[in-house]
Amino acid sequence: MSEMLIKNATVYDPINNINGDMMDIAVKDGKIVDSVSGSARTIDAGGRLVYPGGVDAHTHIAGSKVNVGRIMRPDDSRLNNKPGTKVTRPRTGYTVPNVYSMGYGYAEMGYTTAFEAAVPILKARHTHEELEEIPIIDKGGLTLFGSNWMVMDAIRENDLDRLAAYVAWGLLASRGWGIKIVNPGGGEAWGFGKNVSGLDDPVPNFEVTPRQIVRNLAEANEKLNLPHSIHLHCNNLGKPGNYETTLATFDVCKDIKSKRDRQSLHVTHVQFNAWGGNHWGDFESKAEPIADYLNNNDFLTIDMGQLVFGSATTMTADGPVQYANARLLKARWSNGDVELEDSSGVTPLEYHPQSYIHGIMWAIGLELALLTKDPWQVLMTTDHPNGGPYVNYPMVMTMLMSKKRREEEMAKIAELTFERTSIAGIDRELDWYDIAIKTRATHAKVLGIVEHGKGHLGVGADADIAIYDIKPDETDATTEYNKVEAAFRHAAYTIKGGEIVVKDGEITATPAGKTFWVRSSAPADGHERMMEDLKMKFKKYYSVNFANYMVQDEYVEHPYVVETGYQ
Amino acid sequence: MIIKDVLCPFCGCLCDDLTVEVEDNKVIDVQHACKIGTSKIKGHDRIKAPMMRDDKNGEFREVSYDEAINESAKILANSKRPLLYGWASGVCEMMKKGVLLNEEVGGIIDNTASVCHGPSALGVQEKGLPTGTLGQFANRADLVVFWGCNPVQAHPRHMSRYSVFNKGFFAGKGRKSRKIVVFDVRKTDTAEMADEYVQVNPGEDYMVMSALRAIIADKADVVPDSVGGVPKEKLVELGEALKGAKFGIVYFGMGLTQSRGKYKNIDNAVSLITELNAHGKHSIIPMRGHYNVTGFGQVCAWETGFVNAVDMSRGIPYYNPGETCSNDLLMREEIDSAMVIAGDAGAHFPAQSIARMGKVPVIQVDPFHNPTTEMANIVIPTKVSGVELEGTAYRMDSVSLRMRKIVDVDFPSDEEVLDKIIAKVREIKGASS
Repeated sequence: MSEMLIKNATVYDPINNINGDMMDIAVKDGKIVDSVSGSARTIDAGGRLVYPGGVDAHTHIAGSKVNVGRIMRPDDSRLNNKPGTKVTRPRTGYTVPNVYSMGYGYAEMGYTTAFEAAVPILKARHTHEELEEIPIIDKGGLTLFGSNWMVMDAIRENDLDRLAAYVAWGLLASRGWGIKIVNPGGGEAWGFGKNVSGLDDPVPNFEVTPRQIVRNLAEANEKLNLPHSIHLHCNNLGKPGNYETTLATFDVCKDIKSKRDRQSLHVTHVQFNAWGGNHWGDFESKAEPIADYLNNNDFLTIDMGQLVFGSATTMTADGPVQYANARLLKARWSNGDVELEDSSGVTPLEYHPQSYIHGIMWAIGLELALLTKDPWQVLMTTDHPNGGPYVNYPMVMTMLMSKKRREEEMAKIAELTFERTSIAGIDRELDWYDIAIKTRATHAKVLGIVEHGKGHLGVGADADIAIYDIKPDETDATTEYNKVEAAFRHAAYTIKGGEIVVKDGEITATPAGKTFWVRSSAPADGHERMMEDLKMKFKKYYSVNFANYMVQDEYVEHPYVVETGYQ
Repeated sequence: MIIKDVLCPFCGCLCDDLTVEVEDNKVIDVQHACKIGTSKIKGHDRIKAPMMRDDKNGEFREVSYDEAINESAKILANSKRPLLYGWASGVCEMMKKGVLLNEEVGGIIDNTASVCHGPSALGVQEKGLPTGTLGQFANRADLVVFWGCNPVQAHPRHMSRYSVFNKGFFAGKGRKSRKIVVFDVRKTDTAEMADEYVQVNPGEDYMVMSALRAIIADKADVVPDSVGGVPKEKLVELGEALKGAKFGIVYFGMGLTQSRGKYKNIDNAVSLITELNAHGKHSIIPMRGHYNVTGFGQVCAWETGFVNAVDMSRGIPYYNPGETCSNDLLMREEIDSAMVIAGDAGAHFPAQSIARMGKVPVIQVDPFHNPTTEMANIVIPTKVSGVELEGTAYRMDSVSLRMRKIVDVDFPSDEEVLDKIIAKVREIKGASS
């Protein structure tokens, strides 16, 4: 029986309302317990900062798109190279790290869980091959449904039970955790090089609107009682003036009742969807109306999609936006349409502080987090690697904690940014507790994995713990941000499932993480109608046979399966 | 026993609709496969036992697996510049072991793409790759271009399953729903079946693409009367056809990647496709050869960050085609031992490279005798993946599928052999450090 006692920890555990209390944390067999025996291994935190292991609810860490990025960008794989050690494999890459570096990088920052945010069912096997090879962290994947023919046909025919049955089956087939919707309907339109222009623009050839897709999938989500809500990337991403579409999309789900203790809608990387102006010339921030909406409605959550200056590799199932980006920036363009299911695109780019467009985007992410009052409503992400690579999270944390740090950054940024955003006038500085919410607690809550032991340090939780080399009561994060950033970059200890995986910022062990997925029951008659339609589509339109399509158990070697059911 | 939905371990089409009849652990019938696939699954004379010889001109003697594996490990562990080449006719599970072995020995790992679609990867690095899955093209394409490839011979079921004759959601009449254009230096069997055959002078594809790009950009006035052997009026006609397509797809082969211009041809082709997307929807995809040559690129990329030609001598993955591809190293006479696994260097490498391989110890891991056997010192026979072994393979469009096992045999898998070599290499290196 392995036991561990972390003594004298300054603990921030928002899910359990613990706000900087000095306490001991006991660990036994990978779980948090009340107490341990005298023979437990002891770590003296000496008053240092202790958080639950970090959780990232929206990141792109595995699968076809990520690998397209690696293949396309040997320039990126030349960065951050490190040889293997006795316990690690060689590391490469900054925006698109190799699988090993992907896991080590998260663990070094005290993160222990990350969810891949876009998994096409047809390519889910590939996603799981990479997820299995990412060491240390626990994982899950969100399955793409927003431009799927099965989904759109069921919606057009007004057959919600069939839709719910397909979602349940699609989650099983992809070993997925939840419903991801990217530019609803746009992926199908992109099949012929078109896009949809908003919520009520019908998808060509399918006669359903993005509004119907969002609404029906949200209803199916609650019918299946899924742990996570729908996870939505809005229409018109990347276009000036898109904040109106974003606000209208929020309204689509306003009266959806969540069956669980969570939001009924999560809208992702809203930085890219809170844009004002009619064109690039009058481009401006519309973070304020978005934050106002959040301040007046508690049914939804968002994540930042914060921009980080420097190199990024944008990758999304939003195929048309990537073509537009590549043409605008004269950048390399990879596209990856997936038959009957969705589209995708990968484009490397560089964010420059002297570009006011990029400056404004940088400001919008921070505005969203700082203008929204309830810290639980806005998750800290960079939409890795779209806004920038996840290794920059510690820097983003300090930007949220320190106005002075923001001002230091603002000195490098194009002037026009400050006319077109409110960032310069925002005084709010988040504290240690807020940061614990924004980087772990609310991620776990939004994903629906709190009850599965993630995002907190209550008795029974997984012993995923980060100890940072900083003493909150002796540190003023508003001024000592360099010290804070350094501490967050390299955890003094990262403990994963009760095992020390990082010590003094170095990887010390590389256990395999588990993969969360959902098995949901479905209405029997809906399932029957769905299977009939599905088999017809395989016979006539898919390029693989039905029998070879679903992800086999061999690809999820460390599953954590949550059963749920149709209600 | 009838086994359905079997995957074919021959070409990049990775057909997954085969029906195989097995009796007494022997394949007696294969349905739906092409002739080559059928022959591959039915099997032929294979290497029966591990063999070794000191003198490449001498006779092989049969040895135990342990002896062959230990000797292989010794060679690799004691080499300064070992080359691990092949990695196309096997499953991804063994490729992962290959990457690990390469880390252990500090060698170079490279796959058959090096002499095939390697230049395509360089083109992708320059310009990207607007592509999709084969079903997307099957359902939508109304204009199909084969450029420097001949699927009738090389990918026999491609045209019936994915590209030409099959019906699709938006191509309800199959062949009649699509216009087929073939660009090639000679009138291949594929060209015979096309609506339009465009004969290009050898090595002048790049110019033809540039002319098409000019025409599509409404700059036909700069195009001379004839480009690459194609008359201007024909080029204008083709430009209009491309511009007018609702969904165009270009399938390309080694006629582009291994002719004059090499990766520059792919760079230009991708630029052409990218520009065409301002008009209709257009995609492009390489016609990959071996059934899982694509899989190695995927595995190598997610494990090392690079698609092939990975040199681990510095302890970190280093990739520089022109310097670190198999033939670069062989021709510079740097390689001091080689393992050829699931690929055939003997049949496909230039004479100068073969000459170098003739001078260094060569280990072959393969179920079958082939020209590499002739220059091998150690031969280790393994299971035939997809027939005798389950595992993952990536179709030419990077869709991964799980190969089935049809019959049982006593041979070890590639993965098992590699595991043992890795263990032995660690033992040797551990003892010497």
